[in-house]
Amino acid sequence: MNETPLASIHRQLGAKMAEFAGWNMPILYPAGILAEHKHCREAAALFDICHMGEFRLTGPAAAAALDRLLPRSVSSQKPGTCRYNFLPDETGGVLDDLLVYRISPEEFFLVVNAGTASADAAWIQSHLPAAGVSFCDLRSELGKLDLQGPRTFEVLADLGVSQDAIPRYYHWTRVRLFDQDILLSRTGYTGERGVELYFPRGRAVEFWERLTAHPLVKPAGLGARDTLRLEMGYPLYGHELDRQTTPVEAGFGGMLDFQNRDCIGRDALLRGPRKRLTGFRLDGRRAARNGMAVLDPVTRRVVGAVTSGAFSPTLGMAVAMGFVEGAEPPPAGTPFLLGDAAGAGTRLPAVAAPIPFHTAGTARASG
Amino acid sequence: MKRYSKEHEWVELDGDVATMGITGFAAAELGDITYVEVPAQGKAVKANDVLCVVESVKAASDVYSPVSGTVTEVNAALEDEPGLVNQEPEGKGWFCKIKGVAKAEFDALMTAEAYATLTAK
Repeated sequence: MNETPLASIHRQLGAKMAEFAGWNMPILYPAGILAEHKHCREAAALFDICHMGEFRLTGPAAAAALDRLLPRSVSSQKPGTCRYNFLPDETGGVLDDLLVYRISPEEFFLVVNAGTASADAAWIQSHLPAAGVSFCDLRSELGKLDLQGPRTFEVLADLGVSQDAIPRYYHWTRVRLFDQDILLSRTGYTGERGVELYFPRGRAVEFWERLTAHPLVKPAGLGARDTLRLEMGYPLYGHELDRQTTPVEAGFGGMLDFQNRDCIGRDALLRGPRKRLTGFRLDGRRAARNGMAVLDPVTRRVVGAVTSGAFSPTLGMAVAMGFVEGAEPPPAGTPFLLGDAAGAGTRLPAVAAPIPFHTAGTARASG
Repeated sequence: MKRYSKEHEWVELDGDVATMGITGFAAAELGDITYVEVPAQGKAVKANDVLCVVESVKAASDVYSPVSGTVTEVNAALEDEPGLVNQEPEGKGWFCKIKGVAKAEFDALMTAEAYATLTAK
């Protein structure tokens, strides 16, 4: 199993470690998921994201090559910005979801999921033109830490990165931190004001220790990362996104522009969605879980499946996401049962609910 | 005096009434407990049957009845405050009382020392 450069630090901190996407990762620290979640919503949490993958594409043909691979064009993307995007296959199914940073007219930085990174690298390289674009796998070179929470800017200011230097939401910049030029983007996976930091992998331990030395910063594991993203309705690859699901079905049709250009999966995406991502609020604290069926409460017919579910620490009730058949998502308030398809086990009452569940996040708010 | 099961429940016997819950070890392993489905009052249970369900942020887990008998009382406080199980697993975080428990069944469970040895492994 792979380990990030911070694995021994996590163990020293008393983290519970478990396998995630082929990596031995901290799931929670002794404070526990609820406390880590709360700290991220109220102060600043630090996440080890060194498992994720980064690639660089450069050259005069890079933008056109990416436009062929992605249903959201990058040629219209301005240098200095980040865009959420998808890597579909020919059937429109999602090979991975990713962030694309436009560094300059001819340079792009791609951030992909850990479990799919090697397959992504092979897929991208096999679809590049013979000349005019070069692909560079940066996984062994870069470390990544996410600092997330409403007080992130205070922390960065104390460490010498003034608020003026921090870019707007979904923009990136280069800043100097701990005597190092690093890439900082105003992005994240928690719904709170925050940044993602990319720096030489060899300095990961030092960056972690200096950031966590700040009194406002506490470490958070993948358990809290999951409940934080679920409250925001953000998809997790392997749950809300996979090769059986298109980006349109997952609710991202509005940001795509594949219709009038030649890109992989276009024809399949034009055929429209067969199912739609749906948020659910449950009656009480008991959570629905990935793999449970979604049933019509009257006919008891299976109409979909739950992809993620947990107790929402911020809302104090259980929430879930899943897919319901049909071209349009069910209106908010539509009742469902979530549970055992066969009828022997538990079925939990739920209603369709707008995503995000947590609407008070500070992600977009400036200082 | 308390006894313990391999499935990480504790039991305390008073006459033929057993009070039970999950151990501190189990609560720590589960992490923050967010939901406890206490058993129905009047439910007849047999030792090693699934008694109820606890959920942490991460996952749901079955809780087994360490003894046989009838559920006569449940800890209603857990409905709104499931975190009591993490805070005081062998106190305010108790799950239920089971009546009609045979002393021999209780005696066959692990002592505190034996359970400590099991969980130290």
